[in-house]
Amino acid sequence: MAATYSPGAMPAPADEPVLRTVDLTKHFHLGGLFSKQTLHAVDGANITIREREILALVGESGSGKSTVARLLAMIYRPTSGQIYFRGRPVGDLRSRRDLLRYRRQVPMVFQDPYSSINPVFRVTHGVARNLQLHRPELNRAQRGEELERLFETVGLTPAREMLAKFPYEMSGGQRQRVGFAAALAVQPRLILADEPVSMLDVSIRAGILNLMMDLRDRLGVSMLYITHDIASARYVADRIMVMYAGHVVETGPVEGVLANPKHPYTQLLLSAVPDPMEKTSFSTSATIGEPPKVVNPTPGCRFRGRCPFAIEECSHVTPGLRPMAPGQMAACHVAKPEPGAEAAPAAGAAI
Amino acid sequence: MATALLEVRGLSVDYVTETVDVRAVDKVDLTLDNGEFLAIVGESGCGKSTLLFAIAQLLSFPAEISEGSVVFKGRNMVQLREQELRHLRWRDCSVVMQSAMNALNPTMSIGAQFRDAIQAHAGMSDAEIRDRSVEVLRLVGIDEVHVDSYPHQLSGGMRQRAMIAMALLFTPDLVIMDEPTSALDVVAQRSLMTQIKELQERLGFAVIFVTHDMSLVSHYSDRLAVMYAGQLVEVSSTESLFASPLHPYSRGLLDAFPSIRGPRRALTGIPGSPPDLGHPPAGCRFQPRCPVAMQRCATERPDLYQEGQSQARCFLYSDMRAEAV
Repeated sequence: MAATYSPGAMPAPADEPVLRTVDLTKHFHLGGLFSKQTLHAVDGANITIREREILALVGESGSGKSTVARLLAMIYRPTSGQIYFRGRPVGDLRSRRDLLRYRRQVPMVFQDPYSSINPVFRVTHGVARNLQLHRPELNRAQRGEELERLFETVGLTPAREMLAKFPYEMSGGQRQRVGFAAALAVQPRLILADEPVSMLDVSIRAGILNLMMDLRDRLGVSMLYITHDIASARYVADRIMVMYAGHVVETGPVEGVLANPKHPYTQLLLSAVPDPMEKTSFSTSATIGEPPKVVNPTPGCRFRGRCPFAIEECSHVTPGLRPMAPGQMAACHVAKPEPGAEAAPAAGAAI
Repeated sequence: MATALLEVRGLSVDYVTETVDVRAVDKVDLTLDNGEFLAIVGESGCGKSTLLFAIAQLLSFPAEISEGSVVFKGRNMVQLREQELRHLRWRDCSVVMQSAMNALNPTMSIGAQFRDAIQAHAGMSDAEIRDRSVEVLRLVGIDEVHVDSYPHQLSGGMRQRAMIAMALLFTPDLVIMDEPTSALDVVAQRSLMTQIKELQERLGFAVIFVTHDMSLVSHYSDRLAVMYAGQLVEVSSTESLFASPLHPYSRGLLDAFPSIRGPRRALTGIPGSPPDLGHPPAGCRFQPRCPVAMQRCATERPDLYQEGQSQARCFLYSDMRAEAV
């Protein structure tokens, strides 16, 4: 499979991740021409997505997680910082050809399967367009075969029947599979999936999550899985990254972080997940506040207003990510690292 | 047992179309006691919101109640005229709509919208109205300065709490909630649910809470009613439904979402998708997706059978189960 990726392939060192960002930052200017207000959507994010890996990006709405996806998809230009795709800086891509080549390797799957497929065409329309645009080497007959193969890959069977359908004839889960087929049509290295299951019914979700893991295992595609549902992140992802108000606050192997969350925000998120098997009474925590709007922020931890452990330092020094356990890092002045975390070889590489 | 607050008997709702009548709610029976928290759980399109609207008498064409009754505090709401309903609404029974983003008027301050609601249902002086508005806002933890705020000045969670405050203006006996937390983040969801539960225990109103997320209500509701394709398929106490679900659909739902604790196990979800209600399957409506379907399920329609304290619409629990096995 990997051999067919050759057309746009760029040479990469052996241990170079699929995608890596350095201090990725996006600010939005608010208000009129003379306004001095700047919204800090993403501040200094260092993200690494490795080969054959699903990285979950978790956070509340407004935490900047969708902005990250749009930055990585080159929909937004970063305010500062750089994105390296297989070792090459993406910010230097200027020509339409280079951008197409990049986007072909990093497609997106969208949240809402009801509005992301054009209702007046058959479901194959968008997928076929991708084939035409990004794989001009295929002729008409080959495109037909490829469509069928793609539909089978994403579990839309019998493919022949499914290819002829219109979007209104499909359920939400089936439409989302079409979304993945469209992403796979371009033979991607990395799929950016922005809340792909949050609009789907509970009974359908598991199927899409299983499909994502299957695509990783069978085709070796890496994925960025953006979600606010930490339980589903645990189910599909290899590593997790928690964002709060534009900052990455914790990152590490998914089981490690969820078993032993170091950042108070990760702890709060975990405690809020309803777990029917758990026997807690309902009055565990009353009002716990809301995430701040990050307009013209001053230095300091952005979680301090809601944090039960905040100390004086938190209000004027922005905490950086520190090693906490093997492969796990958190941005917190108060959190205590596990013994030996600093020395762990995986820590530095696993940002 | 004292008389129930709400008794729904054989309630059916049809969406009338030119070609076929789509039965969105099919012969639903429900009883709700004073101060009880009942959650109605189901996937999109199962008829849970239609059922809610039918109970509150808020249906509009092409939906109509084709049979059944809704007896609320001894009066059959289905037969009441609009004018009579007006006396009950908001004072005795109020509704919190799904999306607070759209349910609040963006051009009016919160206080003005509260005043609208109060003036439509009671005569109060301006000072009394303001006092009451501040009081209910405080109940849900919103500072009184926000009486004069407009919806865009509030966060999503605050807007949703303002909606709940509005529903509590007259201390009703029944508050009907249609997925009030679905637009919120987990943390805000959790704190809103806790607040609803605390208010309910303090003020003693009954709640019908519609949601697609079973785990959300697991710690809050007394009873759960699971809906599938327009029918109730299981009614149980929340505890027993999570511990030992009866209907295969309830079991499937419980196995469909990943857990945050314990070992990672493979999820199957429920294969297939819900039936087209214009042409429901001949037998049990869940039969095409059911992992334990029997021969008779394809042709015969199961009733809601009593099983211990619970009810389930499945032949596994019929009186004739001995023959079936």
